[in-house]
Amino acid sequence: MTTFDQPPLPPTAPASAPALLRTEAVTKAFPGVKALDGVDFELRGGEVHVLLGENGAGKSTLIKMLAGAHRPDSGRILVDGRATRILDAQDAEKHGIATIHQEFNLVPDLTVAENIFLGRQPRKYGLIDRKRMDSDATALLARVGVDVSPNDKLRHLGVARLQMVEIAKALSVRARVLVMDEPTAVLTTGEVDRLFEIVHRLRLEGVGIIFITHKLEEVARLGDRVTVLRDGRSIAQIPAATDRDELVQLMVGRSIDQQYPRERGALHRGTAPLLRVSGLSRAGHFDGVGFEVRAGEVVGLAGLVGAGRTEVARALFGADPYDSGTVEVQGRRVQGNDVPSAMAAGIGLVPEDRKGQGLLLDASVSENLGLVTLRAATRGGFVDLAGQRRAASSIAAQLGIRAAGLDSRTRTLSGGNQQKVAIGKWLLAQSKVLILDEPTRGVDVGAKLEIYRLVNELTASGHAVLMISSDLPEVLGMSDRILVMCQGRITGEIPAEQATQDAVMALAVQGASSN
Amino acid sequence: MATDLKKTGPGRGHGGEGGRPGRGIPAEGLLPPVVRRMLFENGALAALLVLIVVMAIMSPDFLDTNNLLNVGVQAAVTAILAFGVTFVIVSAGIDLSVGSVAALSAMVLAWSATEQGMPVFFAVLFALATGTVCGLVNGMLVSYGRLPSFIATLAMLSIARGLCLVISDGTPAALPTSLEWLGKDFGDWLPVPVIVMLVMAGIAALVLNRTFPGRAMYAIGGNEEAARLSGIRVKRQKLFIYGLSGCFAAVAGIVLASRLVSAQPQAAAGYELDAIAACVIGGASLAGGKGKASGTLIGALILAVLRNGLNLLSVSAFWQQVVIGAVIALAALLDTLRRRT
Repeated sequence: MTTFDQPPLPPTAPASAPALLRTEAVTKAFPGVKALDGVDFELRGGEVHVLLGENGAGKSTLIKMLAGAHRPDSGRILVDGRATRILDAQDAEKHGIATIHQEFNLVPDLTVAENIFLGRQPRKYGLIDRKRMDSDATALLARVGVDVSPNDKLRHLGVARLQMVEIAKALSVRARVLVMDEPTAVLTTGEVDRLFEIVHRLRLEGVGIIFITHKLEEVARLGDRVTVLRDGRSIAQIPAATDRDELVQLMVGRSIDQQYPRERGALHRGTAPLLRVSGLSRAGHFDGVGFEVRAGEVVGLAGLVGAGRTEVARALFGADPYDSGTVEVQGRRVQGNDVPSAMAAGIGLVPEDRKGQGLLLDASVSENLGLVTLRAATRGGFVDLAGQRRAASSIAAQLGIRAAGLDSRTRTLSGGNQQKVAIGKWLLAQSKVLILDEPTRGVDVGAKLEIYRLVNELTASGHAVLMISSDLPEVLGMSDRILVMCQGRITGEIPAEQATQDAVMALAVQGASSN
Repeated sequence: MATDLKKTGPGRGHGGEGGRPGRGIPAEGLLPPVVRRMLFENGALAALLVLIVVMAIMSPDFLDTNNLLNVGVQAAVTAILAFGVTFVIVSAGIDLSVGSVAALSAMVLAWSATEQGMPVFFAVLFALATGTVCGLVNGMLVSYGRLPSFIATLAMLSIARGLCLVISDGTPAALPTSLEWLGKDFGDWLPVPVIVMLVMAGIAALVLNRTFPGRAMYAIGGNEEAARLSGIRVKRQKLFIYGLSGCFAAVAGIVLASRLVSAQPQAAAGYELDAIAACVIGGASLAGGKGKASGTLIGALILAVLRNGLNLLSVSAFWQQVVIGAVIALAALLDTLRRRT
């Protein structure tokens, strides 16, 4: 708490600043894996230090160690040049280390101010001093530059604002080291800009920032230095201006020739579309949405977060109701608001929230893979367990799912492999129309590529893919046609060869300005 | 299996069997992997065996065949109730109504057969239907009424007990004599309640492991939204789950009544808590997605062995409650510890 008294560091000369935080040869092993293997890392005050690496490279373990959740087996952690042990979250806070995890540590039914000061509420006569709490919170929120009231309930805030609240919370403990784990994964372009402004301001105040991202274009934009982790080792510490291809090569240990390997096959133009949606409306969510997806085609659905893309996907899959309109698969109408009907028609949905909606995290890989086909595999009242297992094993091999075994808990898999499981269960169900909602969110570069290849294989074998993505380069790189949504309506359609980021963005914000 | 049990039953002499030394503590390498897995991964089974050994040492009467069968009879009603509750707990719900539903079903059986003169076979069916309907009402409240299962089944706990008192007018009702065999021994030594318990255990295991509704229970308990988005009709499955729990409660009620040779209006009061305890001791998680019929059976046996053993040791009934509470806490603690490592 007293550490904030130190004079602010000169913003322009981070190179001469002393190391705020340093790890020396830290090693951490878990049963079966060496998560960290002699990692050296250094963070100066007033620096944005990007931590790059594929999933499973050891980034999470490293930041969890700084947050006090793991302890190193060997090696040292130094704060201000002094060797320190960070035994728990309180210790981390005492050293001025605050972490913003991908899953926020916020209580939805409390107010913004209550969340910021959770457990540290200002007291007066032993009771909580609400007035001071609110005014302190207002000051912090102003410093972050976010327009929420301290009395707003968290439940009503969007993900971008929640993140700002987390940052305000970190500032309230006078954090000198701010660790941000993939903060931009869930943000729209405008929100990312705002976040970067805040990060920039904090850096000028002398805060050291460890920034984890999978988006390479952010590295040079925001970072000062980069440390690349691979297989638990620190491979390189380089300037953030390093060439992007070189970064990729360092991360994966091999060069990725092409980031988006879309193979556009011959479309089955003569045939009727596999999926046809027309006039789909739901009051307050989306209005008059219509489009077609043909066999062998990837249709990208672009737009800002909140444009109604996920809502449309869920509605045509029967997960949510719609008021009017029709969904047809191969010319046959699909009953609305009924998932089994949509499934029977051949639609499969891989939801955006993989952990919350896509998978049974504590169940085995084979159980997850067999979930959709469970009913079909029931004969005479009994599930054909052996058959289910055989099917799971063959699809796991086909998709290259890396797990200790089919009985491993799905939670233990990396993000990319979890996603393959989430997709695999629909392949087993022989779904012809696959809706992939943010299929590569939180997935590392190598696994992304595998998912793109999988999409290629699917379309080559006659599947139709509707891909929702907030990652513009990905939408442009992988789609054959791009539909853009804004405020619940489709505002335009662009063929892949004419699509540019600017064109898509123009359509994505079109309605927003006219209303 | 048979040899496994011998190896882990050090209380009895079995010195030179197969040239292997008999040991009290199972040493690695000496036990086949199957046994090791059963003992170490299933903490409940190990606990039951330890408990049996301790009781056998402390009380010479414990291992008496009649006493052991008595333990089985004592466990039967709790176990059958607990199998039903296991379905609900695996699907991340809770069923507090099973004790009352058991009493109501038994009362319906006695009332319809004795007072209304219904043929016994139909009276039994009627009783089973009563339990199932109570469960279905629970299921409706939970799935279509969107009530938390705790609230819905708490309401049913009161409703079923109340109906039971209404039908009986608060007095016990005699069971038809043709059903007395249910509370007696089969072949002069094996108590029928024990047989019913094992049959119900088999049915519960089969449902949980091999049927679509059973696998759906795990999926719903693991992640309800993921289950729904995978095409499982969650509401319909919940109806089935609570209905099945009610049906198991009816079976338990009939077994209990046949042991008492009458339906008591206050029968099985508080048994729902024993049933939940049996599930938890057996490794089920109230968070859902986890639980086994075998675990629940072992949980019910642990409770029965404890009660029986403490009686033999003339520990007061008051202290018995303290011990049982401690065992429940210990079982849950061990489970969280095991999961953390």
